[in-house]
Order: sequence, then C-alpha cells, then structure tokens
Amino acid sequence: MSADGATPSAPDFHAASSKALLDAPLRANFRRAMDGLMAKRAAQFPDPAEWLALRAQAASIRARSLAKLPELLETLEKKCVANGLKVHWAETTDEANAIVLGILRGHGATRLVKGKSMVSEEMHLNDFLEENGVESLETDLGEYIIQLDHETPSHIIMPAIHKNKQQIARLFGQKIRDAVYTEDVDALTATARRVLRQKFLEAEAGLSGVNMAVAETGTLCLVENEGNGRMSTHVPPVHIAVMGLEKVVERLEDVPPLLTVLTRSATGQPISTYFNMITAPRGPGEKDGPREVHLVILDNGRSRIYSDPELQVTLRCIRCGACMNHCPVYTRIGGHAYEAIYPGPIGMILTPQTEGLRVRHELPHASSLCHACTEICPVEIPITRLLVRLRKEGAQPPAGSKVLDAGGGRSRLEDLAWAGWQAAHESPLLYRALGTALRLFGPLAPRGLPLLSAWTKSRTVPKRAKKTLHDLVREKGVPDA
Amino acid sequence: MKPEAVYFYGTCVVDLFFPEAGLAGIELLRREGVRVIFPSGQTCCAQPAFNCGYHEEARAVARGQMALFPKPLPVVVPSGSCAGMMKHHYPDLFEGTPEHAPAVAFAARVHELTKFLVDVLGARLTDRGGPEKVTWHSSCHGMREMGLEAEPKALLSQLSNVTVVPLKRERECCGFGGTFSVRYPDISAAMVADKIADVAATSASTVLSADAACLLNIGGALEKTGAEVRPMHLAEFLWERTRER
Repeated sequence: MSADGATPSAPDFHAASSKALLDAPLRANFRRAMDGLMAKRAAQFPDPAEWLALRAQAASIRARSLAKLPELLETLEKKCVANGLKVHWAETTDEANAIVLGILRGHGATRLVKGKSMVSEEMHLNDFLEENGVESLETDLGEYIIQLDHETPSHIIMPAIHKNKQQIARLFGQKIRDAVYTEDVDALTATARRVLRQKFLEAEAGLSGVNMAVAETGTLCLVENEGNGRMSTHVPPVHIAVMGLEKVVERLEDVPPLLTVLTRSATGQPISTYFNMITAPRGPGEKDGPREVHLVILDNGRSRIYSDPELQVTLRCIRCGACMNHCPVYTRIGGHAYEAIYPGPIGMILTPQTEGLRVRHELPHASSLCHACTEICPVEIPITRLLVRLRKEGAQPPAGSKVLDAGGGRSRLEDLAWAGWQAAHESPLLYRALGTALRLFGPLAPRGLPLLSAWTKSRTVPKRAKKTLHDLVREKGVPDA
Repeated sequence: MKPEAVYFYGTCVVDLFFPEAGLAGIELLRREGVRVIFPSGQTCCAQPAFNCGYHEEARAVARGQMALFPKPLPVVVPSGSCAGMMKHHYPDLFEGTPEHAPAVAFAARVHELTKFLVDVLGARLTDRGGPEKVTWHSSCHGMREMGLEAEPKALLSQLSNVTVVPLKRERECCGFGGTFSVRYPDISAAMVADKIADVAATSASTVLSADAACLLNIGGALEKTGAEVRPMHLAEFLWERTRER
C-alpha cells in the first residue's frame, strides 16, 4: 500500500524492520534493556497523582517556551553575547557544519572531543569533519563504542544499547591498541577512560549539545552521567555548543521541573550524575574553562514544523527517549531499522516532517496506535494523534498544508479501497449484504490475496459467525428505535 | 443515575465475528433493568478510515452512524477501541464543520460497556459456573483512551469460581492496530507471538478482553499454533457464567 515515486536510495522501513526482527541477539538486547528502563522509570514515579502534576508542569513550561519562541531566541542571543559567547545561526545542517569547521580552522584545531549531541548527529558532523581533516572523537561511552564500530546511535539516550557486553568486549579487543578481551564492565570502562583522558588533554576544541538554553540568563544546560560533557566543554580552549532552536526556555526557574522529568523519564534517575550550567567563557583571573564559547543554533526544518499550530507540539520534546523505551514496535526492531536520526515514536512524527512525506510517508503507519508513547511522554506530546495527522497529511493533505511533501503517501489503490469501504459502510443494506457474502464466499477467497496472506502468515483466517449480531437481535426482538 | 433506556452500538467486528458477545452485552444491560435499543442501521464507527488518514471517507460513515442515535440516551459500546473513536475522535473528525457541536454532544453520551456496567449500573454478579482459570488482556484503547483498568477486574472479581492469572506484560499491545497488522505483518506477528506466549505461560483456559479486535488477533494466532486457549469477550464470559438457566 505504498505510493510510487520513492527514490531507490530512499529508506525502506519495511525491509529494515523485517530484517531486524530476525536478529535474535538484537531483539534480546533491546527487550532486556527496555524492560530495565521501563522498570527504573516506573520506580521514579510511584505516585500517579505526582506524575500527572509533574508532567503537566513540564508540559506547560515547554508550551510557554514555544508560544514565545521567536522572542526567547532573540533574548537568548542578546544574553549570550552579553556573557561573552559568540552566537551563530544555521538554517541547514550544511551551514551548521561550515560554521563549526570555520571556528576550528580559525584556531588551527585538528582534534575535537565531543560530548553527546543528537543535533551533531543530524549534521553528520563526524563524517564532515573527518573529510575536512579534523579528528572528531565521541567521548560519551556509548557514542565512543558505536564510533569505533562505524555505527549510528540506535537510541537517543543510550546510543549503543543494541550491543551486549560480549559484543563490546570483542570490539574493544579488536579496535583499541593494548586492549585485551575482557567482559568485565569496569575493565572495559577503564580502557575507554584511559584512551579518552589523553584525548581530552590533547584536543584543541570541544563540542557539546544543549539540553536547555535559558533565555533570561543565557545559560546553556547540559545533562550527562560520565563527566565527559564537563571535560569536553571545560578542558579544551574552545567550546562549541550546538542546539536545535526549540531547546530554549524562558526562565532559570523553568529548568528544575524539566530536569526532574527528563532524568527520571530517560534513565530512571532522580538526577543525572553531572548537570552543567555554562554561562560564559573563562573570565579574567579565572584558572580554568574555555577561552572561547560558541553557540550554534540550528533550524533544519524546525521553523516549518513550528508554522503548523498542531504539529508544532512536536517541538516540545526534551529528548528523554521514554517513548522509545515504552514502544512495542521499537522494542522489537531497535533503532537502526528506522534509518533515521531519531528512531521510535518521536522519530516517527519528527522524521516525516523534516525529511518529507514523499520518502517517509510509511513511518507514521508503523505504529499500532497503542498510545503507550503518549501515555508516557513527560511533556504531553500527543504522539498518537500526530501520527494520525501525518497519515492524513500523506494521503489527504488539507488545502494549504505546510508539511514537507504533503500528499507524498498518496496511492490510487488505497484511495480506491477506502472509497469502497465508505460505500460499504454508508449503506446499511450494502453492509449487511456484504456481510452475507463474506459468510458465503469468504471461505472461497484465495489465500494468496495480499492482505489476507499478510494476516494468515501468523494467524488463522477470521471466521464469520453463522449469524451476525444484526440477525441475533432481530430474532430476540430487540427494538430498533 | 440509572437510565431507563440505552442505545447499543454493536461494532462491526462483534457483528461479524463475535455476535454472541454483542448479545451478551445486551442481556447484561437488560438484567440491570435497562431497556436496550439496537438501531438496525449501524455498521462501523469509521475508525479504520480515520486511523489511516482517510478522514473524508470516515466523516461520511460517521455522519450516518451518529444520526442513528437521536434520543438523548447513553450509547453503550462493547469495545474500548470503537468507544474511544466515537468519544474522542468524532469531535476531531468534525472540527470546523457544522456537525462539530452535534459530534461533541454525541461523544459525551458514549460509554464503554464494562465501565458502564460498573460505574453507572453498579452491576452485581452471581457466579453460576465451575472453577476456571482465565487471563485478561487489557486493550490499549480501552485502557488509554477510555480509562478502563479497574472496571473489568472489578466485574471479574465478583465471580467466585474464577481465578484471574495476570499476564506478565498486561499493558503491552497485542499487535493488532487495525491496518497495522497487514501493513507491517512481520512486526505485528512478532508482537502477537509474544502475547500468546505470555497467555500460554499463565496456563489459563480462556483469554478475556473487552475488545473483539484484539481477540480476533490473539485468538487467530493461538489457533494457528494449535493452542487450546479460547479467546472470549468479557461480556460473553460474564453472561454465560451468571445467567439463570
């Protein structure tokens, strides 16, 4: 049921997800990890009333931030500049990459250490910098692992969650000089630490993401657990922070309520091990900190999303990943099958909007609409509702739709099928006649019919009852009016 | 307050595949002293087209269905999913049309059957059946759209001879999801395979749900593997065990 016109290089979610389902170790890794994350999160919100109150507060902060977004971004820039930061605006990821490279070249920097940043994944920054002669090293342990294996993150919070201990042990044994094979997690961590410590000292620049940027103070907030974020932003002489333009919040007092739902929802922690608030470069007389701090604010399709009042809510996301952890589809196929920067439910509403419905119209359909993501979202993004909205944008976009490649999921065959469905259910007579036909001729239907064979691969053919409910109520004399 | 009469909306899946469940729902309501009206023009709530983004087609069908319930009586639905469609999505579907206000008024009258039996009618049940071990599948839309969690269990707990063994992942989707099950048959199959393994682990003889579509999925998968567990709608189970013979 897909539209024609997808380019050969377009991601094929059907194929990728079916392949992932056959990968038993992958499925076991995800199931175990997601079960653990769900349990840890649940333990952090033992009181349903408290959870609802916290999420309502967090949602209202994000809603207010978006309502005032243009104004807050201006304030943020002013404050940051006043604090001594340099602020750059990038409409596209190419522009953002060029800005980062320009800063690095300006300092003759060829070695960059990176804290975890999903925006830098959007930019494909590592590849870009490698092509331009800069070593760009991930220092978050999970990111470091996947960079060693030339992979992309399979989860936005736990990028290497698709790998188990043995796989990581093998990888370290092969790729890190002097490393011997061990499944001892502490020893593996110590190996990574040994490599990274030296890199922190040598790097001429550090790069990080931003979890929240406070407009009123110009403060960049960074949530992390390993201290690598602090090292990346404080040890090298230059710090470059990259953020999506939606990450701004109005006031300093907006930070704690968001932080508390972020860490609890993401990893089931009451607070992360490190929480960095970066406001200025090293001041006169100060003994540490970078001498220069840059903030790159990226659009990359966000303004387009912002222009639609309903879809705008997508931008509330604080990237906790809880929707992934609770998604029965993501849990079974993992993150790589989505072939997108952001996998899982949030990715299924974000990716079609940023990459367009022509190539991504099938993604919003890859959900049973079970509402687990909507139920768990700490900022009340109605993900299920937006999935349906994007299905509509693919098939029947309203006039003046602002969604990229609206109507890109149109299929003549499917249009015809739903027109037939409408006719059959608008007329009670036709509906009942078709019900009878199903009883009489249904058993004769060839098993090779596409939809039927999709169903019967794992289930028996549904059998129409001898008498319908309509028949039974008529016999029982249940009144019609 | 107990109404004198209610409308019953059977749903297309119950109509065609689980008619006894629909009739049982009607009987359970009648036993509580409520007159039940079953408008014969009913077909489908329009959820399949709505969920697929075909909202014009969904509106055309939903418009006809709403017109079948002119009196200000409750509309009782033996499905959390179809009730959720009518209660929460009809207002969305008619947003910006002249039918929006009627759709909002109609939505306010929609009730899921088991919740209605507990909250509005305060149904008391007397178990007349033999000892039986069952398990319960809470449908996603019943749970997350209609707020159905305690009510079905409250009804089951009144059956003295019935033991309910919970599923390990009671809150996880069975993988049906309407057209999802045929658009992504492999993912759906993986989900339902886990669900029936969970069902089998309870060693229950019956898997109950208040949503016939989930039962179509779970039951079809059980049958495919040759499992002996029978899928049954909660209404039918309650009625069969409590009716006077």
